[in-house]
Amino acid sequence: MTIKETEQQIVEEFAVFTEWLDKYEYLIELGRSLPIIKDSGKEEKNLIKGCQSRVWLAADYTDGKIYFTADSDAIITKGIVSLLVRVFSGRTPQEIIDADLSFIKEIGLEENLSPTRANGLLSMIRQIKFYAVAFAANK
Amino acid sequence: MALLNNIKAVRDQFPALGQKVNGKDLVYFDNGATAQKPLSVISRLNEMNSGVNGNIHRAVHDLSAKCTMLYEGARESVREFINAESTEEIVFTSGTTASVNLVANSFTAAFISKGDAVIICEADHHSNIVPWQMACQRAGAELRILPVDDSGCWKMGELDKILDGKVKIVSVAHISNVLGIINPVKELIERAHAAGAAVLIDGAQGIVHSQVDVQKLDCDFYAFSGHKLYGPTGTGILYGKRALMDKMGPWMGGGDMVETVTLQKTTYAPLPLKFEAGTPNFIGAAALGEAVGFVNSLDRQFAAEHEELLMSKLMNGLREIEGIKIYGDAAGKIPLASFNIEGVHHADLAMLLDKMGVAVRSGMMCCEPLMSRFGVTGMVRVSLAVYNTAEEIDVLLKSLSRAVGMLRQ
Repeated sequence: MTIKETEQQIVEEFAVFTEWLDKYEYLIELGRSLPIIKDSGKEEKNLIKGCQSRVWLAADYTDGKIYFTADSDAIITKGIVSLLVRVFSGRTPQEIIDADLSFIKEIGLEENLSPTRANGLLSMIRQIKFYAVAFAANK
Repeated sequence: MALLNNIKAVRDQFPALGQKVNGKDLVYFDNGATAQKPLSVISRLNEMNSGVNGNIHRAVHDLSAKCTMLYEGARESVREFINAESTEEIVFTSGTTASVNLVANSFTAAFISKGDAVIICEADHHSNIVPWQMACQRAGAELRILPVDDSGCWKMGELDKILDGKVKIVSVAHISNVLGIINPVKELIERAHAAGAAVLIDGAQGIVHSQVDVQKLDCDFYAFSGHKLYGPTGTGILYGKRALMDKMGPWMGGGDMVETVTLQKTTYAPLPLKFEAGTPNFIGAAALGEAVGFVNSLDRQFAAEHEELLMSKLMNGLREIEGIKIYGDAAGKIPLASFNIEGVHHADLAMLLDKMGVAVRSGMMCCEPLMSRFGVTGMVRVSLAVYNTAEEIDVLLKSLSRAVGMLRQ
Protein backbone atom coordinates (compact mmCIF):
# COMPACT_ATOMS: atom_id res chain seq x y z
CA MET A 1 0.00 0.00 0.00
CA THR A 2 1.34 3.42 -0.90
CA ILE A 3 1.33 6.39 1.45
CA LYS A 4 -1.58 7.83 -0.50
CA GLU A 5 -3.55 4.60 -0.17
CA THR A 6 -2.97 4.36 3.57
CA GLU A 7 -4.04 7.97 3.89
CA GLN A 8 -7.19 7.24 1.92
CA GLN A 9 -7.93 4.29 4.17
CA ILE A 10 -7.70 6.54 7.23
CA VAL A 11 -9.94 9.14 5.62
CA GLU A 12 -12.55 6.45 5.02
CA GLU A 13 -12.30 5.22 8.61
CA PHE A 14 -12.97 8.72 9.86
CA ALA A 15 -15.78 9.37 7.42
CA VAL A 16 -18.18 7.33 9.55
CA PHE A 17 -17.95 9.83 12.42
CA THR A 18 -20.37 12.68 12.13
CA GLU A 19 -19.89 13.84 15.71
CA TRP A 20 -16.70 15.51 16.89
CA LEU A 21 -16.69 13.53 20.07
CA ASP A 22 -16.99 10.20 18.26
CA LYS A 23 -13.93 11.14 16.28
CA TYR A 24 -12.04 11.90 19.45
CA GLU A 25 -13.28 8.74 21.11
CA TYR A 26 -11.76 6.83 18.18
CA LEU A 27 -8.48 8.73 18.57
CA ILE A 28 -8.44 7.85 22.26
CA GLU A 29 -9.01 4.23 21.33
CA LEU A 30 -6.16 4.36 18.84
CA GLY A 31 -3.95 6.01 21.40
CA ARG A 32 -4.79 3.39 23.98
CA SER A 33 -4.40 0.34 21.80
CA LEU A 34 -0.91 1.17 20.64
CA PRO A 35 2.03 0.83 22.99
CA ILE A 36 4.04 2.37 20.25
CA ILE A 37 7.41 2.96 21.79
CA LYS A 38 9.64 1.01 24.12
CA ASP A 39 10.56 2.79 27.32
CA SER A 40 14.18 2.67 26.18
CA GLY A 41 13.11 4.78 23.20
CA LYS A 42 11.81 7.47 25.50
CA GLU A 43 15.14 9.17 25.89
CA GLU A 44 15.82 12.85 25.81
CA LYS A 45 17.17 12.79 22.26
CA ASN A 46 13.86 11.44 20.95
CA LEU A 47 11.73 13.92 22.85
CA ILE A 48 9.85 16.61 20.98
CA LYS A 49 8.76 19.18 23.49
CA GLY A 50 5.58 21.17 23.23
CA CYS A 51 3.89 23.36 25.78
CA GLN A 52 0.86 21.07 25.83
CA SER A 53 2.12 17.55 25.48
CA ARG A 54 5.32 15.67 24.86
CA VAL A 55 5.98 13.41 21.91
CA TRP A 56 8.77 10.87 21.55
CA LEU A 57 9.86 9.76 18.13
CA ALA A 58 12.49 7.12 17.31
CA ALA A 59 13.56 6.03 13.83
CA ASP A 60 15.29 2.88 12.60
CA TYR A 61 16.69 2.58 9.11
CA THR A 62 16.67 -1.02 7.86
CA ASP A 63 16.94 -2.32 4.29
CA GLY A 64 16.25 1.04 2.76
CA LYS A 65 13.15 1.71 4.82
CA ILE A 66 12.52 3.86 7.87
CA TYR A 67 10.63 2.38 10.80
CA PHE A 68 9.18 4.84 13.26
CA THR A 69 8.06 4.27 16.79
CA ALA A 70 6.51 7.07 18.76
CA ASP A 71 4.60 7.92 21.87
CA SER A 72 3.01 10.80 23.71
CA ASP A 73 2.02 11.46 27.29
CA ALA A 74 -1.38 12.75 26.10
CA ILE A 75 -3.71 10.06 24.81
CA ILE A 76 -5.38 12.08 22.02
CA THR A 77 -2.02 13.27 20.76
CA LYS A 78 -0.90 9.65 20.92
CA GLY A 79 -3.87 8.70 18.78
CA ILE A 80 -2.92 11.23 16.14
CA VAL A 81 0.70 10.16 16.43
CA SER A 82 -0.32 6.56 15.78
CA LEU A 83 -1.95 7.68 12.52
CA LEU A 84 1.27 9.35 11.44
CA VAL A 85 3.31 6.28 12.32
CA ARG A 86 0.86 4.13 10.35
CA VAL A 87 1.27 6.39 7.31
CA PHE A 88 5.04 6.85 7.44
CA SER A 89 6.58 3.78 9.02
CA GLY A 90 8.10 1.23 6.66
CA ARG A 91 8.54 3.72 3.83
CA THR A 92 11.61 4.69 1.86
CA PRO A 93 13.11 8.10 2.58
CA GLN A 94 12.01 9.33 -0.84
CA GLU A 95 8.39 8.32 -0.27
CA ILE A 96 8.38 10.28 2.97
CA ILE A 97 10.04 13.31 1.44
CA ASP A 98 7.43 13.36 -1.33
CA ALA A 99 4.41 12.87 0.92
CA ASP A 100 1.93 15.62 1.55
CA LEU A 101 -0.32 15.38 4.56
CA SER A 102 -3.65 16.37 3.12
CA PHE A 103 -5.37 13.48 4.93
CA ILE A 104 -4.93 15.32 8.24
CA LYS A 105 -7.08 18.09 6.86
CA GLU A 106 -9.54 15.70 5.31
CA ILE A 107 -10.22 13.97 8.62
CA GLY A 108 -10.67 17.34 10.27
CA LEU A 109 -7.63 17.39 12.52
CA GLU A 110 -5.71 20.20 10.84
CA GLU A 111 -6.25 22.47 13.83
CA ASN A 112 -3.84 20.21 15.67
CA LEU A 113 -1.11 21.00 13.20
CA SER A 114 -0.99 24.79 13.26
CA PRO A 115 2.56 25.95 13.94
CA THR A 116 1.82 27.41 17.34
CA ARG A 117 -0.49 24.69 18.54
CA ALA A 118 2.42 23.56 20.64
CA ASN A 119 1.40 19.94 21.04
CA GLY A 120 4.53 18.77 19.30
CA LEU A 121 2.76 17.29 16.29
CA LEU A 122 4.04 19.69 13.71
CA SER A 123 7.52 19.31 15.13
CA MET A 124 7.04 15.58 14.88
CA ILE A 125 6.19 15.77 11.17
CA ARG A 126 9.18 18.02 10.66
CA GLN A 127 11.30 15.47 12.48
CA ILE A 128 9.94 12.61 10.36
CA LYS A 129 10.83 14.52 7.20
CA PHE A 130 14.19 15.40 8.68
CA TYR A 131 14.98 11.72 9.31
CA ALA A 132 13.97 10.93 5.73
CA VAL A 133 16.28 13.60 4.33
CA ALA A 134 19.12 12.50 6.60
CA PHE A 135 18.76 8.79 5.73
CA ALA A 136 18.42 9.63 2.03
CA ALA A 137 21.68 11.59 2.17
CA ASN A 138 23.53 8.77 3.96
CA LYS A 139 22.44 6.02 1.62
CA MET B 1 -25.20 56.43 33.68
CA ALA B 2 -26.66 53.60 35.71
CA LEU B 3 -24.10 51.05 36.80
CA LEU B 4 -24.22 47.52 35.38
CA ASN B 5 -25.60 45.55 38.30
CA ASN B 6 -26.96 42.32 36.84
CA ILE B 7 -25.52 39.54 34.75
CA LYS B 8 -27.80 40.05 31.77
CA ALA B 9 -26.85 43.72 31.46
CA VAL B 10 -23.18 42.75 31.63
CA ARG B 11 -23.45 39.94 29.08
CA ASP B 12 -25.38 42.14 26.69
CA GLN B 13 -22.21 44.19 26.35
CA PHE B 14 -20.25 41.22 24.96
CA PRO B 15 -21.31 39.99 21.52
CA ALA B 16 -18.60 37.29 21.53
CA LEU B 17 -20.39 35.42 24.31
CA GLY B 18 -23.37 34.61 22.11
CA GLN B 19 -21.46 32.46 19.63
CA LYS B 20 -21.40 28.73 19.15
CA VAL B 21 -18.17 26.75 19.14
CA ASN B 22 -18.11 23.24 17.71
CA GLY B 23 -21.89 23.45 17.54
CA LYS B 24 -22.25 24.23 21.26
CA ASP B 25 -22.95 27.46 23.10
CA LEU B 26 -19.57 28.92 23.93
CA VAL B 27 -18.52 28.75 27.57
CA TYR B 28 -15.50 31.02 27.71
CA PHE B 29 -13.32 30.20 30.70
CA ASP B 30 -9.93 31.35 29.40
CA ASN B 31 -10.21 34.91 30.62
CA GLY B 32 -6.80 34.78 32.26
CA ALA B 33 -5.33 34.54 28.76
CA THR B 34 -7.50 37.22 27.20
CA ALA B 35 -10.93 38.68 27.87
CA GLN B 36 -13.76 39.28 25.41
CA LYS B 37 -14.51 42.87 24.40
CA PRO B 38 -17.50 45.02 25.31
CA LEU B 39 -19.44 47.01 22.70
CA SER B 40 -17.86 50.30 23.73
CA VAL B 41 -14.40 48.97 22.90
CA ILE B 42 -15.56 47.44 19.63
CA SER B 43 -17.31 50.58 18.47
CA ARG B 44 -14.34 52.81 19.33
CA LEU B 45 -12.09 50.54 17.28
CA ASN B 46 -14.58 50.51 14.41
CA GLU B 47 -15.12 54.24 14.48
CA MET B 48 -11.42 55.00 14.32
CA ASN B 49 -10.52 52.31 11.79
CA SER B 50 -13.31 53.42 9.54
CA GLY B 51 -12.72 57.16 9.68
CA VAL B 52 -11.37 58.90 12.73
CA ASN B 53 -7.82 58.05 11.82
CA GLY B 54 -4.93 60.50 11.74
CA ASN B 55 -1.49 60.11 13.23
CA ILE B 56 -1.31 61.69 16.65
CA HIS B 57 0.79 64.54 18.05
CA ARG B 58 2.28 65.64 14.73
CA ALA B 59 -0.13 67.08 12.26
CA VAL B 60 -2.38 70.12 12.50
CA HIS B 61 -5.32 68.61 10.66
CA ASP B 62 -8.62 67.70 12.21
CA LEU B 63 -8.29 63.91 12.21
CA SER B 64 -4.90 64.11 13.86
CA ALA B 65 -6.28 66.45 16.51
CA LYS B 66 -9.23 64.15 17.21
CA CYS B 67 -7.01 61.10 17.54
CA THR B 68 -4.58 62.95 19.77
CA MET B 69 -7.45 63.92 22.03
CA LEU B 70 -8.75 60.36 22.20
CA TYR B 71 -5.24 59.04 22.87
CA GLU B 72 -4.45 61.53 25.59
CA GLY B 73 -7.97 61.16 26.97
CA ALA B 74 -7.36 57.44 27.37
CA ARG B 75 -4.11 58.22 29.18
CA GLU B 76 -6.05 60.33 31.64
CA SER B 77 -8.66 57.55 32.08
CA VAL B 78 -5.90 55.10 32.90
CA ARG B 79 -4.25 57.57 35.29
CA GLU B 80 -7.48 58.02 37.17
CA PHE B 81 -8.17 54.27 37.11
CA ILE B 82 -4.95 53.41 38.94
CA ASN B 83 -4.75 56.73 40.79
CA ALA B 84 -1.37 57.79 39.46
CA GLU B 85 -0.28 61.28 40.36
CA SER B 86 0.13 62.48 36.81
CA THR B 87 -0.36 61.39 33.21
CA GLU B 88 3.39 61.77 32.76
CA GLU B 89 3.67 58.54 34.72
CA ILE B 90 1.47 56.60 32.29
CA VAL B 91 3.35 55.11 29.33
CA PHE B 92 1.46 53.32 26.57
CA THR B 93 3.12 50.06 25.53
CA SER B 94 2.06 47.00 23.55
CA GLY B 95 1.37 44.96 26.69
CA THR B 96 2.73 43.72 29.99
CA THR B 97 5.65 42.04 28.27
CA ALA B 98 6.72 45.27 26.58
CA SER B 99 6.30 47.16 29.85
CA VAL B 100 8.53 44.73 31.75
CA ASN B 101 11.09 44.79 28.96
CA LEU B 102 11.11 48.57 29.02
CA VAL B 103 11.98 48.58 32.72
CA ALA B 104 14.41 45.68 32.37
CA ASN B 105 16.28 47.71 29.76
CA SER B 106 16.01 51.31 30.87
CA PHE B 107 16.09 50.81 34.64
CA THR B 108 18.97 48.38 34.33
CA ALA B 109 20.96 50.76 32.16
CA ALA B 110 20.44 53.59 34.64
CA PHE B 111 20.71 51.85 37.99
CA ILE B 112 22.17 48.36 37.83
CA SER B 113 25.89 47.68 37.75
CA LYS B 114 28.07 44.61 37.90
CA GLY B 115 27.64 42.81 41.21
CA ASP B 116 24.17 44.22 41.88
CA ALA B 117 21.16 41.95 42.16
CA VAL B 118 17.56 41.62 40.97
CA ILE B 119 14.82 39.58 42.64
CA ILE B 120 12.03 37.77 40.79
CA CYS B 121 9.73 34.99 41.98
CA GLU B 122 9.69 31.34 40.96
CA ALA B 123 5.94 31.49 40.34
CA ASP B 124 6.29 34.32 37.83
CA HIS B 125 5.21 34.32 34.21
CA HIS B 126 8.00 33.91 31.65
CA SER B 127 7.53 37.55 30.69
CA ASN B 128 8.76 38.57 34.12
CA ILE B 129 11.57 36.02 34.14
CA VAL B 130 13.23 36.15 30.75
CA PRO B 131 13.62 39.96 30.46
CA TRP B 132 15.38 40.00 33.84
CA GLN B 133 17.63 37.06 32.93
CA MET B 134 18.64 38.99 29.82
CA ALA B 135 19.12 42.25 31.75
CA CYS B 136 21.19 40.59 34.48
CA GLN B 137 23.35 38.89 31.91
CA ARG B 138 24.04 42.20 30.19
CA ALA B 139 24.72 44.08 33.41
CA GLY B 140 26.67 41.31 35.12
CA ALA B 141 24.07 41.31 37.89
CA GLU B 142 22.84 38.40 39.95
CA LEU B 143 19.28 37.10 39.59
CA ARG B 144 17.80 35.99 42.90
CA ILE B 145 14.64 33.98 43.29
CA LEU B 146 11.86 34.38 45.82
CA PRO B 147 10.52 30.85 46.36
CA VAL B 148 6.92 29.79 46.97
CA ASP B 149 5.61 27.18 49.39
CA ASP B 150 3.63 24.08 48.47
CA SER B 151 0.41 26.02 48.17
CA GLY B 152 2.08 28.57 45.92
CA CYS B 153 2.31 31.41 48.46
CA TRP B 154 5.43 33.56 48.64
CA LYS B 155 7.86 32.41 51.30
CA MET B 156 8.15 35.83 52.88
CA GLY B 157 10.59 34.47 55.47
CA GLU B 158 13.05 33.76 52.66
CA LEU B 159 12.94 37.36 51.53
CA ASP B 160 15.28 38.50 54.31
CA LYS B 161 17.93 36.07 53.08
CA ILE B 162 17.98 37.47 49.55
CA LEU B 163 17.00 41.11 50.06
CA ASP B 164 20.12 43.12 50.86
CA GLY B 165 21.78 46.34 49.75
CA LYS B 166 22.87 44.78 46.46
CA VAL B 167 19.29 44.36 45.27
CA LYS B 168 18.28 47.24 43.01
CA ILE B 169 14.86 46.05 41.95
CA VAL B 170 12.30 43.42 42.89
CA SER B 171 10.03 42.43 40.00
CA VAL B 172 7.10 40.16 40.88
CA ALA B 173 3.51 39.40 39.96
CA HIS B 174 0.61 40.97 41.82
CA ILE B 175 -1.53 37.88 41.15
CA SER B 176 -0.24 34.56 39.83
CA ASN B 177 -1.69 33.70 36.41
CA VAL B 178 -1.53 30.01 37.28
CA LEU B 179 -2.59 29.94 40.92
CA GLY B 180 -4.75 33.03 41.17
CA ILE B 181 -3.26 33.83 44.55
CA ILE B 182 -3.23 37.52 45.44
CA ASN B 183 0.30 38.10 46.64
CA PRO B 184 1.16 40.33 49.64
CA VAL B 185 2.63 43.03 47.40
CA LYS B 186 2.12 45.84 49.90
CA GLU B 187 4.33 44.14 52.48
CA LEU B 188 6.90 43.23 49.85
CA ILE B 189 7.06 46.80 48.58
CA GLU B 190 7.63 48.16 52.11
CA ARG B 191 10.39 45.68 52.79
CA ALA B 192 12.05 46.22 49.41
CA HIS B 193 11.99 49.98 49.88
CA ALA B 194 13.47 49.63 53.36
CA ALA B 195 16.35 47.74 51.74
CA GLY B 196 16.76 50.41 49.09
CA ALA B 197 15.31 48.44 46.16
CA ALA B 198 12.70 49.60 43.67
CA VAL B 199 9.67 47.40 42.90
CA LEU B 200 8.00 46.51 39.61
CA ILE B 201 4.64 44.82 39.92
CA ASP B 202 3.51 42.64 37.01
CA GLY B 203 -0.17 43.46 37.13
CA ALA B 204 -1.39 41.50 34.11
CA GLN B 205 -3.90 39.66 36.32
CA GLY B 206 -3.86 42.14 39.18
CA ILE B 207 -5.36 45.02 37.24
CA VAL B 208 -8.39 42.90 36.36
CA HIS B 209 -9.15 41.50 39.78
CA SER B 210 -8.19 44.15 42.31
CA GLN B 211 -8.63 47.86 42.71
CA VAL B 212 -5.16 49.10 42.03
CA ASP B 213 -4.08 52.37 43.63
CA VAL B 214 -0.44 52.85 42.72
CA GLN B 215 0.02 55.63 45.26
CA LYS B 216 -1.33 53.54 48.12
CA LEU B 217 0.68 50.54 46.97
CA ASP B 218 3.70 52.81 46.60
CA CYS B 219 5.13 50.54 43.89
CA ASP B 220 7.71 52.14 41.60
CA PHE B 221 6.36 50.49 38.47
CA TYR B 222 3.12 48.73 37.63
CA ALA B 223 2.75 46.90 34.31
CA PHE B 224 -0.40 45.56 32.69
CA SER B 225 -2.03 44.62 29.40
CA GLY B 226 -5.16 46.04 27.83
CA HIS B 227 -6.49 42.79 26.38
CA LYS B 228 -7.03 41.03 29.69
CA LEU B 229 -8.92 44.10 30.93
CA TYR B 230 -11.57 43.87 28.16
CA GLY B 231 -9.46 46.15 25.95
CA PRO B 232 -7.80 45.50 22.59
CA THR B 233 -4.76 43.30 22.04
CA GLY B 234 -1.49 45.09 21.51
CA THR B 235 -2.15 47.65 24.20
CA GLY B 236 -0.57 47.94 27.60
CA ILE B 237 0.52 50.31 30.28
CA LEU B 238 3.65 50.97 32.22
CA TYR B 239 3.07 53.11 35.25
CA GLY B 240 6.32 54.46 36.66
CA LYS B 241 7.13 56.97 39.35
CA ARG B 242 8.16 60.17 37.70
CA ALA B 243 11.27 60.66 39.81
CA LEU B 244 12.62 57.30 38.65
CA MET B 245 11.53 57.48 35.03
CA ASP B 246 13.08 60.94 34.70
CA LYS B 247 16.44 59.38 35.47
CA MET B 248 15.96 56.53 33.00
CA GLY B 249 16.98 56.86 29.38
CA PRO B 250 14.72 55.71 26.57
CA TRP B 251 14.80 52.09 25.49
CA MET B 252 13.77 52.51 21.87
CA GLY B 253 14.60 55.47 19.68
CA GLY B 254 12.45 56.91 16.94
CA GLY B 255 9.90 59.55 16.13
CA ASP B 256 7.74 61.29 18.72
CA MET B 257 10.18 60.61 21.57
CA VAL B 258 12.53 63.46 20.75
CA GLU B 259 12.89 67.12 21.57
CA THR B 260 15.56 68.16 19.08
CA VAL B 261 17.50 66.01 16.69
CA THR B 262 20.71 66.84 14.90
CA LEU B 263 22.71 64.19 13.13
CA GLN B 264 25.15 64.22 16.03
CA LYS B 265 22.92 64.38 19.05
CA THR B 266 19.33 64.07 20.17
CA THR B 267 17.64 65.42 23.22
CA TYR B 268 14.63 63.51 24.36
CA ALA B 269 11.05 64.52 24.83
CA PRO B 270 9.79 64.74 28.41
CA LEU B 271 7.75 61.98 30.03
CA PRO B 272 5.84 60.00 28.97
CA LEU B 273 6.67 60.47 25.26
CA LYS B 274 10.34 59.68 25.91
CA PHE B 275 9.26 56.03 26.17
CA GLU B 276 6.82 56.02 23.26
CA ALA B 277 9.05 55.92 20.19
CA GLY B 278 7.34 55.66 16.83
CA THR B 279 3.65 55.78 16.01
CA PRO B 280 1.96 54.19 19.00
CA ASN B 281 -1.10 51.97 18.76
CA PHE B 282 -3.25 55.05 19.23
CA ILE B 283 -6.46 53.40 18.09
CA GLY B 284 -5.88 50.56 20.51
CA ALA B 285 -5.00 52.99 23.29
CA ALA B 286 -8.19 54.98 22.71
CA ALA B 287 -10.16 51.73 22.89
CA LEU B 288 -8.31 50.79 26.07
CA GLY B 289 -9.73 54.01 27.49
CA GLU B 290 -13.18 52.61 26.67
CA ALA B 291 -12.30 49.34 28.40
CA VAL B 292 -11.43 51.29 31.53
CA GLY B 293 -14.78 53.05 31.12
CA PHE B 294 -16.49 49.65 30.97
CA VAL B 295 -14.83 48.50 34.20
CA ASN B 296 -15.86 51.77 35.84
CA SER B 297 -19.42 51.18 34.68
CA LEU B 298 -19.64 47.91 36.63
CA ASP B 299 -21.37 48.00 39.96
CA ARG B 300 -18.36 46.95 42.02
CA GLN B 301 -20.37 45.31 44.76
CA PHE B 302 -22.38 43.30 42.26
CA ALA B 303 -19.22 42.27 40.42
CA ALA B 304 -17.42 41.21 43.60
CA GLU B 305 -20.39 39.21 44.92
CA HIS B 306 -21.04 37.63 41.54
CA GLU B 307 -17.43 36.51 41.12
CA GLU B 308 -17.35 35.18 44.67
CA LEU B 309 -20.46 33.14 44.02
CA LEU B 310 -19.02 31.72 40.78
CA MET B 311 -15.75 30.89 42.49
CA SER B 312 -17.36 29.02 45.37
CA LYS B 313 -19.57 27.08 42.97
CA LEU B 314 -16.55 26.23 40.84
CA MET B 315 -14.41 25.14 43.76
CA ASN B 316 -17.17 23.07 45.35
CA GLY B 317 -17.81 21.33 42.05
CA LEU B 318 -14.15 20.68 41.33
CA ARG B 319 -13.44 19.34 44.80
CA GLU B 320 -15.99 16.59 44.25
CA ILE B 321 -14.09 15.19 41.27
CA GLU B 322 -12.26 12.02 42.18
CA GLY B 323 -8.49 12.28 41.93
CA ILE B 324 -8.38 16.04 41.38
CA LYS B 325 -5.44 18.10 42.55
CA ILE B 326 -6.11 21.82 42.72
CA TYR B 327 -2.98 23.95 42.79
CA GLY B 328 -2.64 27.05 44.92
CA ASP B 329 -5.59 26.07 47.07
CA ALA B 330 -5.13 29.06 49.36
CA ALA B 331 -7.38 31.77 50.73
CA GLY B 332 -7.63 35.10 48.92
CA LYS B 333 -7.82 33.98 45.31
CA ILE B 334 -9.27 35.51 42.19
CA PRO B 335 -11.94 33.42 40.41
CA LEU B 336 -9.48 31.02 38.85
CA ALA B 337 -8.58 27.37 39.40
CA SER B 338 -5.73 25.33 37.98
CA PHE B 339 -5.81 21.58 38.43
CA ASN B 340 -4.94 18.12 37.22
CA ILE B 341 -7.05 15.00 37.43
CA GLU B 342 -5.37 11.70 38.18
CA GLY B 343 -4.94 9.45 35.17
CA VAL B 344 -5.85 12.17 32.70
CA HIS B 345 -3.57 14.44 30.67
CA HIS B 346 -4.30 18.18 30.85
CA ALA B 347 -4.07 18.62 27.08
CA ASP B 348 -6.54 15.78 26.44
CA LEU B 349 -8.99 17.29 28.90
CA ALA B 350 -8.77 20.73 27.32
CA MET B 351 -9.17 19.28 23.84
CA LEU B 352 -12.34 17.39 24.74
CA LEU B 353 -13.77 20.34 26.67
CA ASP B 354 -13.24 22.44 23.55
CA LYS B 355 -15.29 19.96 21.55
CA MET B 356 -18.02 20.45 24.14
CA GLY B 357 -17.88 24.21 23.68
CA VAL B 358 -15.89 24.96 26.83
CA ALA B 359 -12.72 27.02 26.36
CA VAL B 360 -10.10 26.50 29.06
CA ARG B 361 -6.34 26.78 29.12
CA SER B 362 -3.98 23.85 29.43
CA GLY B 363 -0.24 23.39 29.40
CA MET B 364 2.49 25.28 31.17
CA MET B 365 0.82 28.67 30.95
CA CYS B 366 4.17 30.36 30.35
CA CYS B 367 5.30 29.31 33.83
CA GLU B 368 7.70 26.43 33.27
CA PRO B 369 9.62 26.98 36.54
CA LEU B 370 6.37 26.86 38.52
CA MET B 371 5.33 23.67 36.69
CA SER B 372 8.67 22.13 37.70
CA ARG B 373 8.07 23.33 41.26
CA PHE B 374 4.86 21.28 41.32
CA GLY B 375 6.43 18.41 39.36
CA VAL B 376 3.98 18.54 36.46
CA THR B 377 4.20 19.14 32.71
CA GLY B 378 1.10 21.30 32.71
CA MET B 379 -2.28 21.98 34.26
CA VAL B 380 -5.81 22.80 33.21
CA ARG B 381 -6.85 26.33 34.10
CA VAL B 382 -10.37 27.67 34.41
CA SER B 383 -10.31 31.45 34.71
CA LEU B 384 -13.54 33.39 35.11
CA ALA B 385 -14.63 36.91 34.29
CA VAL B 386 -17.50 39.02 35.50
CA TYR B 387 -19.63 38.01 32.51
CA ASN B 388 -19.55 34.28 33.30
CA THR B 389 -22.56 32.57 34.84
CA ALA B 390 -23.40 29.85 37.33
CA GLU B 391 -25.04 27.87 34.49
CA GLU B 392 -21.75 27.91 32.62
CA ILE B 393 -20.04 26.37 35.65
CA ASP B 394 -22.64 23.60 35.53
CA VAL B 395 -21.80 23.02 31.86
CA LEU B 396 -18.10 22.89 32.71
CA LEU B 397 -18.60 20.40 35.53
CA LYS B 398 -20.81 18.13 33.41
CA SER B 399 -18.39 18.35 30.48
CA LEU B 400 -15.45 17.60 32.76
CA SER B 401 -17.11 14.52 34.11
CA ARG B 402 -17.92 13.32 30.60
CA ALA B 403 -14.38 14.01 29.36
CA VAL B 404 -12.80 12.27 32.32
CA GLY B 405 -15.06 9.28 31.68
CA MET B 406 -13.90 9.11 28.07
CA LEU B 407 -10.23 9.44 28.96
CA ARG B 408 -10.05 7.20 32.01
CA GLN B 409 -11.83 3.97 31.00
